[in-house]
Amino acid sequence: MTPVTPPAALAPRQDRKAQWLLIGLAVALTLFIVVVPLLYILWRALSEGLAVFAQNILAPDTLHAIWLTSAVAIVTLPVNLCVGIAAAWLIARFTFPGRKALLTIIELPFSISPIIAGVCYLLLYGRQGLLGPALAAADIKILFALPGIVLVTLFVTGPFVAREVLPLMQAQGSEQEQAALTLGASGWQIFRRVTLPNIRWALLYGAVLATARAVGEFGAVSVVSGAIRGQTMTLPLQIELLFNDLNVVGAFAAASTLTLIALVVLVLKTLIEARTR
Amino acid sequence: MKTRLTTALALALGLASPVAAQDAILNVSYDIARELFAELNPVFAQKWQEQTGRSVTIDQSHGGSSKQARAILEGLPADVVTFNQVTDIDVLAEGGLVDENWREAFPNQASPYYSLPAFLVREGNPKNIDDWDDLAQDGVQVIFPNPKTSGNARYTYLAAYAYALDKNNGDQAAAQDFVKKVFANVPVFDQGGRAATATFAERGIGDVLITFEAETGGIARQYADAKLERVTPSLSVLAEFPVAVVTENAEDKGTAEVSKAYLDFLYSPEAQRVLARNFNRVHDEGITAEFAANFPDVKLVTVEDVFGGWDKVQEEHFAEGGILDTVFVNQ
Amino acid sequence: MSMAAITAAQAGRQRRVLPGFGLTMGLTLTYVGIIVLLPVIALVLKGAEIGPVRFWAIVTAPRTLAALQLTITAAALAAAFNAAYGLLMAWVLVRYRFPGRRLLDAMMDIPFALPTAVAGLSLTALFSENGWYGQFLAPAGFPVVYTIWGVAIAMSFTSIPFVVRTVQPILEDMDRSQEEAARTLGATPLQIFVRVIFPAILPSFLVGTTIAFARSLGEFGAVIFIAGNLPMKTEIASLLAVIRLEEYDYNGAAAIALTLVAIAMVLLVLSNWLQSRLTRRRVPA
Repeated sequence: MTPVTPPAALAPRQDRKAQWLLIGLAVALTLFIVVVPLLYILWRALSEGLAVFAQNILAPDTLHAIWLTSAVAIVTLPVNLCVGIAAAWLIARFTFPGRKALLTIIELPFSISPIIAGVCYLLLYGRQGLLGPALAAADIKILFALPGIVLVTLFVTGPFVAREVLPLMQAQGSEQEQAALTLGASGWQIFRRVTLPNIRWALLYGAVLATARAVGEFGAVSVVSGAIRGQTMTLPLQIELLFNDLNVVGAFAAASTLTLIALVVLVLKTLIEARTR
Repeated sequence: MKTRLTTALALALGLASPVAAQDAILNVSYDIARELFAELNPVFAQKWQEQTGRSVTIDQSHGGSSKQARAILEGLPADVVTFNQVTDIDVLAEGGLVDENWREAFPNQASPYYSLPAFLVREGNPKNIDDWDDLAQDGVQVIFPNPKTSGNARYTYLAAYAYALDKNNGDQAAAQDFVKKVFANVPVFDQGGRAATATFAERGIGDVLITFEAETGGIARQYADAKLERVTPSLSVLAEFPVAVVTENAEDKGTAEVSKAYLDFLYSPEAQRVLARNFNRVHDEGITAEFAANFPDVKLVTVEDVFGGWDKVQEEHFAEGGILDTVFVNQ
Repeated sequence: MSMAAITAAQAGRQRRVLPGFGLTMGLTLTYVGIIVLLPVIALVLKGAEIGPVRFWAIVTAPRTLAALQLTITAAALAAAFNAAYGLLMAWVLVRYRFPGRRLLDAMMDIPFALPTAVAGLSLTALFSENGWYGQFLAPAGFPVVYTIWGVAIAMSFTSIPFVVRTVQPILEDMDRSQEEAARTLGATPLQIFVRVIFPAILPSFLVGTTIAFARSLGEFGAVIFIAGNLPMKTEIASLLAVIRLEEYDYNGAAAIALTLVAIAMVLLVLSNWLQSRLTRRRVPA
């Protein structure tokens, strides 16, 4: 089959050779560094047969890790959606002093190493941390329990929704919303009838990315988890635990569930893109 | 948001233990004790049920023991600790979480079993590693974890040091030189004892793994196919495995009684037998004789005899800027 | 006052009419305050406690410097790889039509979707001496696992999407008339790329590479599996911060963490500045 560049007539013969070369290089590199590592996980997970795979996945601690990871994702998603929409609306629709600084702070978690985020949370909520004594006095447990895991996950996933929605809101401008306002629509009506339909795919895409990240977060969670077996081990932590339990096939089996989630994310993303085009 | 979190938490815990357990304790332990407590806990649960009619679940957390102690100081709600180093419990005592005189709370200075740093080598011992001397040779790759985070590795450091002192008639400088050479042969410093084992056994790195005898025995058995061989050096340091109730947490949660019973249980013949079967040395002579094959002869020295006690070791060797820092490229 | 300023001011006033300012401001500030700022402030306060002299001593200690140097070098290697690979991928995906193109395009998002710890586990197994790749590389005198190359490979993997996904849309939207003009004037494809296309995508290319670099600096999950944590050699800075923490050395941990956060801030400001220059240039067109 011949590669066809959009203005095919303009492509001279020697260009075609270069094309094939570049395509070949791109495909080979992608196979080597992206596809094989992905397939390797599934291969190792199944290397001792389906029965062993099922046994590993159904081990109570791994099941609990799957449950905990899902719980974290379910709790963080609505918060991320609300805050992401609010931040995008605020920054796209209003001008106020400190707007740029606020945007930078919202995006900050993207560039802070997640494990450093974990360290920050430890310094804040740990018994010896800034709020530690007050929390201990009030008998509120944040670290080494679900709230701590949820909070660091919120830190790590916070910017995703805003980052997808904001450029779209900026590009679309506020004319439609202004029009709705002059027609007497309430704020909530404007949001539901005008804004939401415009941003829904970007919103969904941001939600998918944030959830994928929430499910896979390792560094930040590892600092605040306390590694209590069958209780505060999320799936990524459980993978490391299984590896250190010298159950390598089990580790890859647990990893394969996350790999499947990643593939589902890809399919969703492709579908969303198809809808927006 | 708070109510949502609480609901989710309740949900998570609810699903974690569908049958509401009457007692639940958290045992925060050192890294390589994973299989050991997985075997001990059901035995205790059954005993507790028989004695009191109450069911108990024991949750486990494993990691480098200093790392674990820090997590408890930060609020990890441990009811009991089963560590491999006295200093890590002392830190908790300083923090007010454990009774000051915790060493008197249980027999044998609160140490139900003990072990020693020993070696594990590859099939046929191709590098002829028989004693500490052989670890300082050029071209020998030695695996043990980071002595700053792992109590296990600190015993390795102390044992190598004690061996060199013994051999050089107490010459401190010679001992430091020797230990420095051994450290220079370590390609990877993992965070905990088990990660070091995985590096050696699973990733195939290094010629010799130094870890507790309990681990070398267990791993040699688990990796029977790889024909890893145990090597016991001529001299080693007695490594106590001290235990304590984290009084503050246990009283807070109302688990003081079951926590104490749990640690008492570790001294029972049943538990001691499980310990010995897993290559941990116990004080009971009868049980030691039963598992004699697990425990080759070795000259054991104590931290008190060679180094003048833990306080002194901590101050001279492990404190910031101490001898360990000069040996372990650290600053 | 200039004409433009007046219109901008009017637009601003007009915008304020839309409802929800208080609500969204409240929500955003609550989130930013509790989730982002409070923990960072805790870190800064801890850092301030150390005092400048001690802080400087920690940050310039040989082991810290070695860790920072390794992290920055490996991240630079990863960013350089991704600059080249990302440019290639963006070009191939936008300019050529071939079977499997959509699939190849979807593959670019795998590193975002796949948890980094999982990627680390897989890459370590592949590149270790008995792994699929390592069995060929190690005898050839190119050991990867537990070397800086391993660190760079793990960082490369996790930051693959950044350059591709920033360059791709610009390349797609590009007006091709200039290229065709150059072609009719007898320019070779290489000349066209260097003189016409590359200058147009340069800002987005730089933004993408900067973000990839920043992300690599902070990468942890994928790296720790493959790096080996050998002090002075293969220990990344964020891991050193955690090791300090686990050694009860809170000051050391805070000082290193603060340094990393500062570097992240600088890179973020840099990429936002590049981005604003990029959009300014694009808006009139």
